[in-house]
Amino acid sequence: MEAQRTKPDPTPEQRRVITGNAAAAHAVRLCRPGVIATYPITPQSEVIETLENFHVNGTLDCEMIAVEGENSAQNIVCAAATAGERVFTATSSYGLVFMYDAMLQTAGYRAPVVMVNVNREPPGIHAVCSGQQDMIATRDSGWLQVIAETGQEIMDLVIMAYRLAEDDDIQLPIMVNYDGYYLSYLAEAISIPSQQAVDDFLAPLCAQPARPALRPGTGMGAGAHGLGTGFVELRRKHLLAMERAKDKFDEVDALFAADFGRTYGGQIECYRTDDAELVLVTSGSAVGTARTVIDAQRDAGIKVGLVKLRMFRPFPRQRLAAVLHGRQAIGVLDRSVAFGWDCGPIYQEIRALTPEIGIVPLLGYIDGLANMDIPKPHIETIVTDLAAAARGESRPPVSWLVAGA
Amino acid sequence: MAVKELRFHGRGGQGAVLAARMVASAAASDGRHVGSFPMYGFERRGMPVVAFTRFADEPIREKSQIYTPDCLLVVDPTLLALPGLFDGLKSGGVLILNLPHPLRERPSPNLERAGIVDATRIARDEIGRNIPNTCLVGALAATTGWFTLEAVLAGLAEYFDGELLERNRRAATRGYHEVEVQTWHS
Repeated sequence: MEAQRTKPDPTPEQRRVITGNAAAAHAVRLCRPGVIATYPITPQSEVIETLENFHVNGTLDCEMIAVEGENSAQNIVCAAATAGERVFTATSSYGLVFMYDAMLQTAGYRAPVVMVNVNREPPGIHAVCSGQQDMIATRDSGWLQVIAETGQEIMDLVIMAYRLAEDDDIQLPIMVNYDGYYLSYLAEAISIPSQQAVDDFLAPLCAQPARPALRPGTGMGAGAHGLGTGFVELRRKHLLAMERAKDKFDEVDALFAADFGRTYGGQIECYRTDDAELVLVTSGSAVGTARTVIDAQRDAGIKVGLVKLRMFRPFPRQRLAAVLHGRQAIGVLDRSVAFGWDCGPIYQEIRALTPEIGIVPLLGYIDGLANMDIPKPHIETIVTDLAAAARGESRPPVSWLVAGA
Repeated sequence: MAVKELRFHGRGGQGAVLAARMVASAAASDGRHVGSFPMYGFERRGMPVVAFTRFADEPIREKSQIYTPDCLLVVDPTLLALPGLFDGLKSGGVLILNLPHPLRERPSPNLERAGIVDATRIARDEIGRNIPNTCLVGALAATTGWFTLEAVLAGLAEYFDGELLERNRRAATRGYHEVEVQTWHS
């Protein structure tokens, strides 16, 4: 099986019209995981269905485990990763929170699990609808969390996720997020890399010192009781690895660009920010729509730029502070809420950077809950607000753009 | 070509979502940038479904739904009675409709050109089932000239193979040749 897995695949690079979910599945296939365990859930199911097809038709050679629920899926991939395998799972919403205890365990074990989470509103108010609240509900799980904007970025981010998670210096699980519906079902013409290119990109992981593998007959502790100082040591190491993941993500992005010719900026992408007086920060599919508004506003002479948040955990504090410092007004568009703060989570965290950014109008916007659209006029409203606030006019700190509030 | 925006209306199970993707595949075969997605909650057979497709020479960055379409493609004739079906249709707009007879009146003042084809009958003839989507994609190519029949036929290979591919190609080709175009001018 090992020999088969390292055999070069004759499949060349191809460009095909496929959905975001299919892009994720192709990326996983190209990364050659040894174990996949998943349970279906809308709007993620297409990821598993596509992987099952690859498995049946022989283009994906791995242990494919059908489970009775997401909690088992996470436990299985955690165990397989701890035994030294490359692994994958995918989920969304109810499935994500149903594996919450296992996610904490995976992070604590420092098992480099790669998981796709297709963003959907989690339980509470039942909705088979897009929204980032599921990712937010797990933000303190100790996982790396990254967010894609397009189908191509889903493809590329999954490949980069393996390079980051399995890096000797990181060894952390990573959740690749993308908007349900708006990206999961969005079909675009996507470049599917050749097997050889992905093999080459991931090859340095094989040259690292082998990570300890817990296998039958070996003596190794994993998930042992951490009493007192032992516990504290593991916690501290986990947090330090999270911090290192920021620069490492930038580095992986640069390496990816060198191999594949596509770059995304690492933790954040700055779009037309160089001389921007006003800056909007957002993430996911809303970024694409925001780019068109920023271009139109620039044509109209408004000095506005855009920061795309690609990494949510760890939070890109240093790079965000550097790009947001010295602006006249900052807007943050969230697709979820921070309970107890009456604002969006990304807004809440950028507010915590006020000592580094300086005191300027910082306006938060909540939009796109429950599949509600984030159309261009909503983003135009934000830019108009920011311009007014920069002139000294009063604006509420947090506004709900989504109808129904 | 400036961006073209299309909105698809059908009922769950008729292939409206796939029609939207097939149009994207056809446009991509012509080298264009494309984006296509459906919008629904639960998958439900028989319920009205809406899907969107954009294509252009430039990369498509906008990820929002389509509010001012250049073209509507209606897979199920009963949806003509759907309130708001023509909402936002651009002036000079196009309608592609599965209907066995011409429209008796102009359904929207912004509608300039309607491509009408009995896609249900053609689908039953060629595919053996009432899946009228591929026929309508052929009709769209003929009515608008936005992409060629060859691009449609090439794009279909993304979705079918073997006998089913040939049957759907015949349905698309017949849609291309048998569509009746009605025009109105303001």
